[in-house]
Amino acid sequence: MALIEASAGLTWNLVDDVRELFQYGFMVNALRAGTVVAVMAAVIGWFMVIRRQSFAGHTMAVVGFPGAAGATLIGVSALYGYFAFCVLAALMISTVPHSRGRAFSQENAVTGTVQTFLLALGFLFVSLYRGNLNGINSLLFGNFLGITDTQVLTLLLVAVGALGILVAISRPLLFASVDPDVAAARGVPVRMVSLLFLVLLGLAAAEASQITGALLVFALLVMPAATAQRLTPRPVLGGAIAVVLALAVTWIGLGIAYYSPYPIGFWVTTLAFGAYLGAGVVTRRNPWSRRTLGTAT
Amino acid sequence: MSSRASWRPWHAPRGTEVEPRPTEDVLRLADAAVKVGGRTLWSGVDLSVGAGEFVAVLGPNGVGKSTLVKVILGLLPPSAGTVTVFDDRPGQHNDRIGYLPQRRSFEPSLRIRGIDIVRLGISGDRFGIPLPVSRRARRRRRAEEERISEVIDLVDAATLVDRPIGELSGGEQQRILIAQALVRRPALLLLDEPLDSLDLPNQSSVAALVSTICRQEEVSVVMVAHDVNPILSYLDRVVYIAEGGVAAGTPREVITSETLSRLYRTPIEVLTTTDGRLVVVGHPEAPAHHADRHGGATHGAH
Repeated sequence: MALIEASAGLTWNLVDDVRELFQYGFMVNALRAGTVVAVMAAVIGWFMVIRRQSFAGHTMAVVGFPGAAGATLIGVSALYGYFAFCVLAALMISTVPHSRGRAFSQENAVTGTVQTFLLALGFLFVSLYRGNLNGINSLLFGNFLGITDTQVLTLLLVAVGALGILVAISRPLLFASVDPDVAAARGVPVRMVSLLFLVLLGLAAAEASQITGALLVFALLVMPAATAQRLTPRPVLGGAIAVVLALAVTWIGLGIAYYSPYPIGFWVTTLAFGAYLGAGVVTRRNPWSRRTLGTAT
Repeated sequence: MSSRASWRPWHAPRGTEVEPRPTEDVLRLADAAVKVGGRTLWSGVDLSVGAGEFVAVLGPNGVGKSTLVKVILGLLPPSAGTVTVFDDRPGQHNDRIGYLPQRRSFEPSLRIRGIDIVRLGISGDRFGIPLPVSRRARRRRRAEEERISEVIDLVDAATLVDRPIGELSGGEQQRILIAQALVRRPALLLLDEPLDSLDLPNQSSVAALVSTICRQEEVSVVMVAHDVNPILSYLDRVVYIAEGGVAAGTPREVITSETLSRLYRTPIEVLTTTDGRLVVVGHPEAPAHHADRHGGATHGAH
């Protein structure tokens, strides 16, 4: 990438290297956007993993791709394309009959079919757009160059709004996720809460696409949350761990991507994957794991 | 104590207030019938459940036992007769009902602790930010935490609640769910097949637990079951729903060879053991499962 020439290159002085990251406006904006996106994706991802809606999350991200490509084609920011299509996908998924929150599963061949078609549509849009040929790569696998102040602000406002709503519905949402029948009998509006969550998930997928690209959103949406759930079954602690992990992989990923010729999506995903594997090793010695407790009781 | 009651009625410890209606029936069905998809599932059900009574709804699968639970919850209207719950229409006081739906087992990979499941019973329907900021909110939180550990002790699950629910056995999960249903001090507990898919020792321990709760917490229990034997010795009242009709009353009145044979339209024997307990033999539902197991065991023995 062109960055290599622009930067002074990696030295052995870590402080200087990190300081250099903050000297360029595009890098500062990338770190700001990455921070916002990481927090939002980790928290919403935690609920997504609990609700077994990873497939829905993935669908929304893939649907975001033609949205972003189409937005680029008509000359607006890809971010708005992601938002529009992801939320639209969320609303469509919520109309799938018998959805009841979690029935939206891998078996749904219709979704797979539509997903593939939309992916192809995005490909068409990108080739119709004869400008930047690098476009398809950054839409699919992420790009942190050229994030504007306006985009950072948009990401922040959407994230604050979405997380505000999520916190407000967190307990009914958790109830409806683990135990929909009892929650409904208790008067929790299960359908409404589930629909709301799908929209929030769409927003999170759209925001994550901005950093990781449409195909690698799981790096921020699933991996930190799944790692956190491996480490602890406590909801609040789990959410916090997911946020810390997502921030860590985003920041470190951005730092490495700046100094290396390889794309950001690869680094973030690799770091998140490493954390997930690491959590697997750690939990084997975890005093709260089943085996240890099983011998005690 | 009374100040607590003013802001959250279900916190009021039972018995501190004067009971104005000592003989009030928690639940009353008079000549009730229900239709699902135009077909009458059952009709002519007369039943009254008093405070602190343990009642079983029995009968083969598919006759509408769970439907009766739905009628009590107000999710389905009766097609004839009257149903009153706490002297009101069904569905009006569901906050005073603890409900356990049928056959719920959590996915083994679900990483939520038992205590979180129990806590959802208290705060799972509350919107808003779960931070106790005011003194009143902190006091309420403390009272809730006390109640949570109380019900956990009651179901003897103190050693289980810090483990992910998916890792627990069926019987252990059932105990957590009973604690969740109890945490708001319901006056009525609706348990739909809680013994289903449990092995025999777990069936009797859960049955004994429900009976203890019934006495100790003075909560009325309506339990749906298809095998009467594990719970028979604890029951105050039974309702049988079968193809041959409906019968309700005390176990001694209803559980007789004649009545059951008529209801099930197949010969059923009711035996009395030496210690005076009743045992139902030739149950048309139970053998279907047991026969397989026995068959397998015999093959293994030969």
